[in-house]
Amino acid sequence: MPKLTYRDASLAAIQHSMRDDSTVWCVGEDLGRGGVFGQYKGLREEFGDARISDAPISEAAIMGAAFGAAMIGTRPIVEMRFSDFALCATDELVNQIAKARFMFGGQSRAPMVIRKPMGLWRSSAAQHSQSLESWYAHIPGLVVVCPGTPQDNYSMLMAAIACDDPVVYLEHKGIWDIEGEVDFSKKYEFGKAEIRREGTDVTIVSWSNTANLAVEAANALSGQGVSAEVIDLRSLWPWDKEAVLKSVAKTGHLVVAHESVAVGGFGAEIVATVAEKAGHTLKGPVRRLGAPRSLVSYAPNLEDMLRVTSEMMVTAAQETLKKAS
Amino acid sequence: MTFAGHNFERGRSLLEMMERIRAFEEQACLAAERDQLVLGAIHPSIGQEAVAAGIMYNLTTEDILLSTHRGHGHTLAKGASSLAMMRELLGREGGCCGGKGGSMHIADFDVGMLGANGVVGANITIAAGAAHAIKLLGDDRIVVDIFGDGAINRGPFLEGMNWAVVFKLPILFVCEDNQYSATTKTSSMTAGDGAAARATSLGMRSTTVDGNDVELIADTAADIASRLRAGGPPEFLHAKTYRRTGHTSFDPATYRPANEAAEEEKRSDPIKRQRAVLEAAGMSEADIQSLHENAQKEMIDVLKEAAETPFPTNETAFKDVQDIGSPAVEAY
Ligand SMILES: Cc1ncc(C[n+]2csc(CCOP(=O)(O)OP(=O)(O)O)c2C)c(N)n1
Ligand SMILES: [Mg+2]
Repeated sequence: MPKLTYRDASLAAIQHSMRDDSTVWCVGEDLGRGGVFGQYKGLREEFGDARISDAPISEAAIMGAAFGAAMIGTRPIVEMRFSDFALCATDELVNQIAKARFMFGGQSRAPMVIRKPMGLWRSSAAQHSQSLESWYAHIPGLVVVCPGTPQDNYSMLMAAIACDDPVVYLEHKGIWDIEGEVDFSKKYEFGKAEIRREGTDVTIVSWSNTANLAVEAANALSGQGVSAEVIDLRSLWPWDKEAVLKSVAKTGHLVVAHESVAVGGFGAEIVATVAEKAGHTLKGPVRRLGAPRSLVSYAPNLEDMLRVTSEMMVTAAQETLKKAS
Repeated sequence: MTFAGHNFERGRSLLEMMERIRAFEEQACLAAERDQLVLGAIHPSIGQEAVAAGIMYNLTTEDILLSTHRGHGHTLAKGASSLAMMRELLGREGGCCGGKGGSMHIADFDVGMLGANGVVGANITIAAGAAHAIKLLGDDRIVVDIFGDGAINRGPFLEGMNWAVVFKLPILFVCEDNQYSATTKTSSMTAGDGAAARATSLGMRSTTVDGNDVELIADTAADIASRLRAGGPPEFLHAKTYRRTGHTSFDPATYRPANEAAEEEKRSDPIKRQRAVLEAAGMSEADIQSLHENAQKEMIDVLKEAAETPFPTNETAFKDVQDIGSPAVEAY
């Protein structure tokens, strides 16, 4: 099995999909030179400039044009560069792409992948650091995924490209260089969480890079005799309620952690679902970790004030377990 | 058959289409006001029918059209069923969109009509993308994208038109200029020399026409379509017309001079003008009248039948949202 970076795993997924299906093409700013994070490197050479298409700095047109192209028989991969810039194409995504199939009574499909690199990325400040996954999870018509490992960035991107629904594909730009073994034959099934670590005392639910931090937290907890189960949701819509409910039924303790702002975040959806469906089985208070409802700074110490860390998850797990006894 | 240099068959069919559009919208307005059967807002194109008829005459079913909230005429002229359209206005089963879209979201993919749009200007980038895909796939279809004079002040106008020029796409952008944006005179909110000047500044060939002269529009669109089919770059057509009704069928348009619409009707109704053209070309008054009556009858029948059609079943509220994570499986 090859060892690939998170970046190269996505490159491989695009390369394999484009070789298999001549209707797949990529469009975005600066793709010809490999994309701003190198996640398209070498593709122009193999597939040419029509299928690895540069675009003007016109996010609305990139999104809108890809949508028009998706409705008549192609499968575009849309690159938004930074998820923050995708806000310039909000009407196209939310009012057009997400709604067309329904509004037109099922006549159309928008098979497209919308790549939006998100998250904290060394002193990028407030306009280049956001995580807005909960916004998209709120929009009927969209599939929303947040891969956190090289394996998932391969398997999930393959699945997203093959999917007939529009998929908001949120890669974390802080982890392009992390490495891991990638099994190209491994298929991703939408809405299936990955149990990153099994445990019996407390359930930690997370996604994207925060799931990697949750694994670190579970390692630290195991040194203290606490067995934590880490669930990487991987996709937020649909999301794997069964996996979460099953785990909570076993552990009776829940910590939810995400990098995005806690207020109105998707963690609240998870906690509410557990409260509704399994509240009576909880043995301690739920802990929800997310960024304070403030803005990301440039200075590293200020940026860190908004970070959800593995230490915070350890403390949260200890708290819910302590309050139980 | 031509008469005095005039393509009689085409002229007749242009008039017939305009009569059908007019009759459809008259019935739709009655359905809204008299019968209270139209559930949402409708935006009539009464007095603007020449644009739809003249352009669509030059398109095949395979060619692609994107339209606006004021799109009944374009859609009908592209070949959609008047019954399916009327059912959609009434929110009924068997409507173009199964009663889920209404007037502002009518689409009929079977005739290449990729949707009206409830968001002003939004169709411009989407249409450019449809043309982009046609080029990628190596098809020989063309795209027509119609928008109002108000849309030229939105960002997608610049982004979509620049895109089409940069990628040399087979698309005709049509600004159907009825002089109003809702309750505002568009010229009072538009800088510079307007739609065509903006297109020209992007290096696009642009043509301005009398939007109530259906023969001229059909001629112009024929030339443009043949240039596009031969691989030519995108073009722009500025069709100057006039919005005779209020913004919606319910809007009394009290914000403009009381006699403005009536004067405009007298001066330049596209249907009356085309009747005169055909009369001069030798068409009998009875034949001209029969086009009118047939259209009226078709649309009266269509309204009656649509009104007798049931509403869609409740389950369809959860259908066709998405395959993955479908609300039909779990909406919460
Ligand atoms: C982005 C957006 N802003 C505002 C509206 C509300 N609105 C609907 S139609 C319209 C006027 C549009 O004028 P124009 O483009 O000239 O088209 P017309 O109605 O004259 O056909 C407005 C403001 C809208 N639908 N979308
Ligand atoms: Mg107007």
